[in-house]
Amino acid sequence: MLEFRKDLFADERDDNLNVIGKGEQRQDMLGHVTGRTRFFDDHGFDGLLHLKVVRSPHHHARIRSIDVTAAERAPGVKRVIRGQDVPLNKNTLLSLIDFGKDDEPTLAVDKVRYKGEPIVAIIADSEAEALAAVKLVRVSYDPLPTVFDVQEALKPGAVVVNETYPGNYFEYHDKYDHQKLRFGDVEAAFRTADHVLEERYQMSPIEHASTETNGTIAAPETNNRYVVHSCAQGLFFSLGTTAKILALESNRLHFIGGTVGGGFGGKVDSLTEPLAVLGAILTGRPVRYVLGREEEMQFASPRGAERHVIKDGVMRDGRIVARQITSYFDAGAYTRLTSYGVVKCVAHMPGPYTIPNVRGDAYCVFTNRVPATAMRGFGVTGVDFSIEVQMDKLAHLVGIDPMEFRILNAYRDGDMKAHRRVAHNTALIECVQVVAEKVNWPLSETARRASSLSGGGGARAAIPPTVTDESGRIGRPETRQAPPQLTPGAAPLPAYQPPPAVTVYQPPPAHQPAAPLPNYPSQPAAAAPLPAPAPPVPNAPATPQHGAARFSSVFTRRR
Amino acid sequence: MARMPVQFRLNGSDRAVFVEPAETLLGTIRRGLGDFAPKFGCGQGTCGVCTVLVDGEPRLGCLTLSVTCEGRSIETASGLADGPTLHPLQAAFMEHFAAQCGFCTPGMLMAAKALLDRNPNPTRVEVVEAIAGNVCRCTGYEPIINAILAAAQQRGVRRA
Repeated sequence: MLEFRKDLFADERDDNLNVIGKGEQRQDMLGHVTGRTRFFDDHGFDGLLHLKVVRSPHHHARIRSIDVTAAERAPGVKRVIRGQDVPLNKNTLLSLIDFGKDDEPTLAVDKVRYKGEPIVAIIADSEAEALAAVKLVRVSYDPLPTVFDVQEALKPGAVVVNETYPGNYFEYHDKYDHQKLRFGDVEAAFRTADHVLEERYQMSPIEHASTETNGTIAAPETNNRYVVHSCAQGLFFSLGTTAKILALESNRLHFIGGTVGGGFGGKVDSLTEPLAVLGAILTGRPVRYVLGREEEMQFASPRGAERHVIKDGVMRDGRIVARQITSYFDAGAYTRLTSYGVVKCVAHMPGPYTIPNVRGDAYCVFTNRVPATAMRGFGVTGVDFSIEVQMDKLAHLVGIDPMEFRILNAYRDGDMKAHRRVAHNTALIECVQVVAEKVNWPLSETARRASSLSGGGGARAAIPPTVTDESGRIGRPETRQAPPQLTPGAAPLPAYQPPPAVTVYQPPPAHQPAAPLPNYPSQPAAAAPLPAPAPPVPNAPATPQHGAARFSSVFTRRR
Repeated sequence: MARMPVQFRLNGSDRAVFVEPAETLLGTIRRGLGDFAPKFGCGQGTCGVCTVLVDGEPRLGCLTLSVTCEGRSIETASGLADGPTLHPLQAAFMEHFAAQCGFCTPGMLMAAKALLDRNPNPTRVEVVEAIAGNVCRCTGYEPIINAILAAAQQRGVRRA
C-alpha cells in the first residue's frame, strides 16, 4: 500500500495539501497566451543550417549503393552524413535500462526495413536547398519480399525483417519468444463451461498527430559542449540516447526542453536529436532538423497495430471461468518501445475481472511497417478495447445486462490477479455503479449493493494449480506455429467445478525500497499441481540497478 | 535567386526585410524577424497554428508569400498584450484553461481576435466557425470556445 512519509523533508515543503477543490493557475499559461513560450523551434541562431534526410521508398530492400556526389556539390550544401559517419550506428531505446538488443541504425547502411527509413542526411544553408539536394542522392536498391501481417511474420520461413531478431519476434531475456501468463487450467475450465466464445479483435496504427512535429536544434557552445533544443518528452532519456549513439560524454550535451507542442507518446524516440547534434559537431554550426508534416504522419512512429484473439468460457449464471488471450503487437521494423508495451499488456490480462483460469500469450512482432512506439496507455488500450467488446458479447450470450455482468465478474480488493499480484484499491464496481446512475441505467438491488471492498480475498486470493508440461515449464508457444482457430461455442457440459485453492496469498512486507518489482512469473513449477507457491519475492539484483529499474516489471536485468 | 525587399508593419512597428521570392510570411516573421509566436505545424494550410492577421483578416502564414504583404499591417499573438495588460482574449484563455501544450494557442488567439474585431457579439456557432481552421490536439475545443465567448462578453460589459 502507498504510504505517505510526511516526516521526510518536512521542513522543505508546505505540506498543507490544500489545493484540491480550488482553481490554480498553471505556471506556463502566461507564456502560452502571450506567444512567449519557447518551443524547441522558437530559438534564433546566426548561421543556422537545416538538415533533411533521404528516406527509403521501399518497405524492404537491400541497399546496393549510395551515391551522394551530386548532392555534395549542390548549392548551399554544407555536409552530407551517411551511416558510417554515425559513431554508434545501432541502438535500441531501452538499452539505457538494459532491455533489448541494439537493432536500429540512425542511418541505414546495408538494408532498409520500412518505407521512410532514413539513409542519408543533408545539411544545407536553407531548408529548400537541403530538400533539393535530398533529391540528388542516388540510392540503388534490391527490393526484398515484405511481410506486413504479424501472424504471417511469425510463421516458420517468413521473411526476416530485422536480423537482430531473426525469428521476427522480440526476445525477452534473450531467450523467450513472447510473454506468457499462466494461471489455473483454462482447458479444463473450457470443458466445463456452459458457453465458450472466441473472437478476434484488431486495431490499426494510430498517429499522435501533435500540432508540433518532431524536431531538434543543436548548436556548438563555446565550452566544448552542444546545446540541444529538443522536443523530447523524456529529455534525459533523449540525452542518454544521443550520448550513446554519438559516443559522447553526456555532460557535453546541454539539453533544453520540456516544453513540448503535443507529444502523446510520439516524442520519446529521439528521432531527430542524434542527427542534429552530429550535424552540429561535423559543421561546427547550429543545425536544425525538423520533420515536415508528411514525414511526421507517415514515418514518425505511431501507436502500433495490435491483434487480440480472446476465448472465454462462461457459465449460465454469468461467471467467467476461463479466459485465453493471444496478442500480437506489430512493432514495425524495429523494437523502440513495443517490447515494453507487450509486458504491460500481459500484466493487464485479463482486465479488471477476477477469472480463476487465465492463459495469455503476447508477442512483440517485427514487420516491414513503420516502427511503433508509445502512445497514451499503449499496451493496455488495445487489449482493453478487445476485452470490453468481448464482455458485451458474453453478457449478450448469457442474457445478462452488460453492466450487471461487469459487476458480477469485477475484481475486488484482496483478489489474486492472474499475474500474481493481489488487487488493491479496486473500484470497477463503483465506477459501473456511478455510470449506471448517471445514465439512468437500472441496476438490480444486488448490483447496487455490490462493493469492491467486500467479497474479495479468501478463496479468490488463491493461486490455482497451474498446468505445466513434462519438463515442468508452463509450456512452449503452441500459438506461434499454429495460430488459434476460431471455434464455435462448445457444447454445454456439467456443472463447473472451481479448481481447488492451493494457498492463500501472503502480501510481501509493506516497504521495500529500491527492490525491483518481480518479473512476470517465470516460476519454474516443478510439476502439476503446484506446491504451495511462495508469495512473489522480488528477484535480488545481482548488481546495483539503474534508478529507473525500480519502477516497472520490465526493468529486470537481463541474464 | 535574388532576394527582394519587403516592408510591412508588424504589431505596430515598421519592419523591412529581404526575403526569398518563395518565402512564406511565417518564415519571414519567425526566422527573418524573430517573432516566434506563430508556429509551423503542417506547411499545408490545414492546422492553423500559423494564423496571423493581415490587415485584420486571419491568414495562414505558411501559405502566404511574404512579397504579397508589402505595405500591409501584420498582427501576431506577440502584439496582443498592451505592455503588462493582457488582451481580454488572453485573460479569458488563462481563466478558462483554454491551452494545454500551448502550441495552437497563438493561432487560436488570432483567429478569435479577427472574429471579435468584426463581430463583438458572436454566437457559439460563429465562434466554432471562426476557429474551424485551427487544430488543437490537447485540451479539446470546449474550453477554447468558452474562453472566446467569455472574452466577447467581457468586452461588451466594458464597452457598455
